Amino acid sequence: MSEFVDQPAVSFRQGTDTLLRRRLLNAKVFRTVCMLLTYSSLAVLGVLMGSVLWSSLSRLAPDFLTNHYSMNPVRCGILAGLWGSFWLVLLTAAMSIPIGVGSAVYLEEMAADNFLVRLIRINLSNLAGVPSIVYGILGLSAFRPLMISLQTFFDGTRAINVLGLFRVRILHLEIFDGSVLIGAMTMSLVILPIVIIASQEALRAVPSSIRVASLALGATRWQTIWRQVIPAALPGIATGVILAVSRAIGEAAPIMMIGVLTVASMCPGGIETPLQLLQDPISVIAVPFDQFTAMPVEIYDWSKQPDPQDRFTDVAAAGIVVLLGVLLIINAAAMIVRARAGRRIQW
Amino acid sequence: MTDEKSALSVPPSVQGVDRNLDTSSHSAAIDVRNLNFYYGDLQVLFDVSLKVPERSVTALIGPSGCGKSTFLRTLNRMNDLIDGTRCTGECFVESQNIMDPDVDVVLLRKHVGMVFQKSTPFPKSIFDNVAYGPRVAGERNRAVLADLVESCLRKAALWDEVSDRLHTSAMALSGGQQQRLCIARTLATQPKIILMDEPASALDPASTDRIENLIGELCASYTIVIVTHNMQQASRVSHQTAFFFKGRLVEVGPTMKIFTSPGEKRTEDYITGRFG
Amino acid sequence: MPRAGGSMSDWFSAKKNRRHETVIRTGLFVCAALSVLTTGAIVYVLLSNAVYAPGDKTAFFERVTVTEFLTSTQWKPVEGDRGRFGIWPLLSGTMMVALISSLVSIPAGLGAAIYMTEYAGPRERQFLKPMLELLAGIPSVVFGFFALKFVTPWLLKPVLGLLNLDVSIFNSLSAGIVVGVMVTPLIASLSEDVIRSVPRSLREAAHALGSTKFDVSMKVVVPAALSGILASFLLAFSRAVGETMAVAIAAGGNPVMAMNPLKGSQTMTGFMVHASTGDSAADSISRMSMYAVGITLFLLTLLINLISGWILRRYREEYQ
Repeated sequence: MSEFVDQPAVSFRQGTDTLLRRRLLNAKVFRTVCMLLTYSSLAVLGVLMGSVLWSSLSRLAPDFLTNHYSMNPVRCGILAGLWGSFWLVLLTAAMSIPIGVGSAVYLEEMAADNFLVRLIRINLSNLAGVPSIVYGILGLSAFRPLMISLQTFFDGTRAINVLGLFRVRILHLEIFDGSVLIGAMTMSLVILPIVIIASQEALRAVPSSIRVASLALGATRWQTIWRQVIPAALPGIATGVILAVSRAIGEAAPIMMIGVLTVASMCPGGIETPLQLLQDPISVIAVPFDQFTAMPVEIYDWSKQPDPQDRFTDVAAAGIVVLLGVLLIINAAAMIVRARAGRRIQW
Repeated sequence: MTDEKSALSVPPSVQGVDRNLDTSSHSAAIDVRNLNFYYGDLQVLFDVSLKVPERSVTALIGPSGCGKSTFLRTLNRMNDLIDGTRCTGECFVESQNIMDPDVDVVLLRKHVGMVFQKSTPFPKSIFDNVAYGPRVAGERNRAVLADLVESCLRKAALWDEVSDRLHTSAMALSGGQQQRLCIARTLATQPKIILMDEPASALDPASTDRIENLIGELCASYTIVIVTHNMQQASRVSHQTAFFFKGRLVEVGPTMKIFTSPGEKRTEDYITGRFG
Repeated sequence: MPRAGGSMSDWFSAKKNRRHETVIRTGLFVCAALSVLTTGAIVYVLLSNAVYAPGDKTAFFERVTVTEFLTSTQWKPVEGDRGRFGIWPLLSGTMMVALISSLVSIPAGLGAAIYMTEYAGPRERQFLKPMLELLAGIPSVVFGFFALKFVTPWLLKPVLGLLNLDVSIFNSLSAGIVVGVMVTPLIASLSEDVIRSVPRSLREAAHALGSTKFDVSMKVVVPAALSGILASFLLAFSRAVGETMAVAIAAGGNPVMAMNPLKGSQTMTGFMVHASTGDSAADSISRMSMYAVGITLFLLTLLINLISGWILRRYREEYQ
């Protein structure tokens, strides 16, 4: 290489090097392309929202929320799906949250590093990638037969002795194919990996100093977990769990498999208004065993309606607006939980 | 020799470094004038002025957090990469003020190379690591690249160890080899000035030794500014030493003078290990 | 043995505590083990209906040979002689949609990941991340509607119509596009994590060698993160393969060897929805074929996910 003095005078001024000018132009183009790619995804989001909203306007009225399905698109409403999704999510949450958070606590706080635990961990990450429709097959083939045998038990002819004192008649319950309970059991399996992983992350974010401090004060392992770790992780767990449960509202594939109604003119348990629920709380007992439909299933059905004038398009769009509205409320709740917790706890 | 008069023991220098060299006869490769530097509202450098003679080694010493690394990183505008930093004053390289907004940092950094504390080989082959700089600068000719890679690896005293495995991953090299690879990689962009930020602090004594000898060889053709925590190292490899303390340049002078008869009490205290 | 300074009652309560803890521990272990049970149940259900049925049922592959399933290019799941059970029409339909989706999601997702890590300031990122999460949270059925009612009639038909191409109402292209948009946030967030984990020192070293920002991103950071990025592509592909509702709505229900993305096709998932919603009897061949398709889908996605996980693990080891 040439010596120091032989070198021509160097200039650092911008634009003196033509090759570099081209390289900097490349860099600028690249940056712009990346930016356009990023914002194009958001633009699609905007167009999607806009077109759905636009199309929904003709059907979006209060009676859309209170009407049942109708062959006439102008009168068709989402009431059955709204109640169906409500009960489905309620039961799904009731099943998946305790099991999911429990699993996470075990895996993060208690588990030793043995073969079985490693198997659970590996299995969990793979389970999260299983397409939701596969869980539907499980619901269809395992939970439905289970319900059928349950049906023979609840046929109204049996009674049991309680401590030899009372004879309690087992009430007659009509357990339908494609009931809310089967749907919720199936859906629980779908979201369980997400609930577990989200809870694990929240638990992992709790600094270990809290655990050490509590153990050092003589608390047992479980006391430490129950009184210190879980309360500290609760906002994180709540946020993750809410988001996971909201997945269950939008999922249609697994419950389509178990034979959910696509066209429904009834709500589970016959409950159509909150008032009715207050007046006759006992009717809730029938809900888990009743047939149902859910909002995304109805939207699927409306989208596929062969209507020459495309009038069901607007109904489907209105259904989507309601579905997205519900999801937005839930997501906002999760964000509020996160924001409030963030203010209170600072590590 | 001044060594004998001094209470301080100064280790022998590496080959090629004359610590009594009168650097005032050299023209300045870097001329910093009244440099102030801020991280947000926090000022970390105060009115630093320093001349770095060309084809010599200047060591920057001082306790942790004294601003010597920050100072080094202003010399090729590396601090531009950190948000919220601000700089006033002037710094002349090749008689151009590199603090000017119309200076192109890409051109500047080609001229002012940098070697970091942690060796940072790219997860590519040894050849591709060294050829990286010329390639991004537009060199496509394979023969030219191969020559350049060989000459740079030779200069970095690494050629003999890696010539038979140029196309294997650089990540497989030892720590000391990786650091010499990073030096070779810097040489390949054909800089005139090389900044070294504690280049040997993560290495074992044998590797450190090799790096120091390498510095001694390189200073015949390059201007080197080195930040080091290791006082012995500063005294071994540098012609000129600058002592930084709390963001100010306390004293600068020929290395032998700084280490044997420092003009400032703080310098002497630091060098004799009374603090730092 | 009583501890020093402790009374007997302390000791008993400690013992009670320990038993209490064992119960809790066992209970929580059962919760965690449930996930393994789920996998076992899925595998059992698929195998017992597709491969070998216990009892008096007949499994799918006891009626249809594996050879026919893997070699026939026709899919007509009906009883009798007219029945044809080759997986290829469904598999090709699935692959076509998944490939089209990758063509959309890979540039969009990677571009977004690079933009968010390398260019966007903290405030812009704080805006972009939730927006992408929002996109990821939109239910699949909504994307199906969007494909069928917007993408096909308002985008594909007019644009491709200019080229004199005939676009069917149901087509793989629209399904692939919306599935691509759906999985873009997945690639963006996974790749972003991976790119972010490339050490800062590597970027600085590249800058110090006279790189432009483009050189740093595309010649150092992205190559360094390549395996992790690849893993995110695979994960997104597997998600697209398993994607159901959007595809069931937009791609249609015509199981042909899909070669033309402008025509309708049927995917594996689309067929499964179709088969389960029809009124065919539980042991009809159409129902049973669903399990064979299910097992194919399960194995395919599992395989892709395992490869992706393996790559990602190796990548993480490299930088730790």
